[in-house]
Amino acid sequence: MIDFVIGHYGYWFVIALLTIGLWGMLAKKNLVKKLIGMNIFQASVIMFYIASTTKWNATVPIIDPAVGSADATHYINPLPHTLMLTAIVVSVATTGVAFALLIMIYRRFKTLDEPTLLERMK
Amino acid sequence: MIQRNLPVLIPLVFLFASLVVSGFGIWKRQLAYPVALFATALAFGVALFGLQHVLTVGSISYRLGGWSPPIGIEYVLDPLAAFFTVVIVGIALLVLLHARIVVERELPERSVAYYAVSMLFLTGLSGIIITGDLFNLYVFVEIASLSGYALVAVGEKQAPVAAFRYLLVGTIGASFYLLGLCFIYLESGSLNMADVAKILPALHSKPTVVVGVLLIVVGMGIKMALFPMHGWLPDAYTYAASTSSALLAPIGTKVAAYVLVRVLFFGFGVEYVRTELPIADVISWLSAAGIIFGSVMAMAQLEMKRMLAYSSIAQIGYVGLGIGLASPLGFIGAVLHVLNHALMKSCLFLVAANVRTSIGHSTIPSFDDSLRRQMPWTMAAFSVAALSMIGIPPMAGFFSKWYLALAGIEQSQWVFVAVILASSLLNAVYFFRVWERVYLRRPVEKHPVVHSESRIESREVRPSMLVPTTVLAIGILAMGLLNALVVELIIRKAIPPGL
Repeated sequence: MIDFVIGHYGYWFVIALLTIGLWGMLAKKNLVKKLIGMNIFQASVIMFYIASTTKWNATVPIIDPAVGSADATHYINPLPHTLMLTAIVVSVATTGVAFALLIMIYRRFKTLDEPTLLERMK
Repeated sequence: MIQRNLPVLIPLVFLFASLVVSGFGIWKRQLAYPVALFATALAFGVALFGLQHVLTVGSISYRLGGWSPPIGIEYVLDPLAAFFTVVIVGIALLVLLHARIVVERELPERSVAYYAVSMLFLTGLSGIIITGDLFNLYVFVEIASLSGYALVAVGEKQAPVAAFRYLLVGTIGASFYLLGLCFIYLESGSLNMADVAKILPALHSKPTVVVGVLLIVVGMGIKMALFPMHGWLPDAYTYAASTSSALLAPIGTKVAAYVLVRVLFFGFGVEYVRTELPIADVISWLSAAGIIFGSVMAMAQLEMKRMLAYSSIAQIGYVGLGIGLASPLGFIGAVLHVLNHALMKSCLFLVAANVRTSIGHSTIPSFDDSLRRQMPWTMAAFSVAALSMIGIPPMAGFFSKWYLALAGIEQSQWVFVAVILASSLLNAVYFFRVWERVYLRRPVEKHPVVHSESRIESREVRPSMLVPTTVLAIGILAMGLLNALVVELIIRKAIPPGL
């Protein structure tokens, strides 16, 4: 049991981040804080990919003469990392669009606090 | 030679168009619209050619960058994908034809950016349909979603708030999909759909695969506005500019439903989602709840676009119900309903846009029969689309409901049959509210002057807006009459193996 908990410590952090992110998006009243929650949430997914691809006693996926190319288990799978580069770009783009929306909202309603905003939207 | 490249051409046309539109737009603002329209027409031609080729010769697989799958990214145009591209690009073409005056009126300063973003939106949608790679799918989902947020954000005063909420919820959906994909990838070691379908059957009982499937279904359920994950939809469709609603509502959520079909039936296998992990049952029950909820909420709305938005939740429920029944008839019903609902909902949203252009608002309680006299053609189109939504036989909407009801009877799922019937009645209630006012209620005269028929001048919209609306209405009738042809020639060929 203890081994299971310690052996998967990376995943526990991911789960914690995921929960914090979701909680921030759902419970926080300020729209900027919601956005921060969203970023934490996205980061946790990215971390999950990275954590899942780690390997003990393995090296970067560039053929090392000392290790040889016969046994692929000595190398880390690079694909999740490259996928996550794309996911990071997506996350940055989403944040950009979100900030543009926040600026629009602030200009129109002069507030980013959700209850006040709902009040002024009526 | 060109046939082999067909799959990649459709998203590529839109991608280039978005760049060219913004480039030309900087130089001359008036050029943005014709370029966007030309690109959509071109893509529609390519999509039609693709459909014809796929039906006569067979599916086309395109290797992006020359890398063969499963290492490289594969684009696949099979009967299902070809059918969906034709539907989506066709509807987009008609909506764009209609768009010029509405965009000039509602967003005069931002027309160039608007057309560029709508081209990006179509890039995303057509890419989602054509890609055969699960991660590439995620990227296209995000392209479509990000441009979708922008399309929602231009509109009424409250639109950015609705768009921001849509963005938060949409990002949760996409992230869930990505997380689920990680579980699938860790187990199968592949991202190619066809390859995953070969590897997964041996791993079906693994908890990681189950979690992955569930996360993907929840993620796509959010994008599809499957009840109870529909919260973002009504505000987003109501406050968006009229053209955006007409573009988003008929085709945006349908593509998420397509992803569900693709991933569940082609990726994970029919047997798996039907018996081993009864996710199909869950989808059909949620959809049935959504059908009733959406219809009841639509009855309570006073604003026409808001009513149509709630009715969208109900209608996507039909598609989900057909997917969830996981039988050939259910599949036919779902795919046919995607086509029918795309026609009906775009027609209805265009009617709402016409009414807004002409009288400045679309609040149902203030409608009266002057509307019918001033805009006879628009109201005729509305009647056709609304009859089809209710499911009156010669109209298209009847036939997809018919297939769904048959599928329900076939599996003795009487609750679903009852839901389909009840929802038709509820549809009748909320559309009759409009009809009653438009066709029967005498206008309340503000100044009691002598009322003569000759004094009523036509306030019908311009031909460029009227033609797409009537074409869609005629399309609804035509699809109703030709539905057997569509089902036999196209949809039956698209039924996934094992269903």
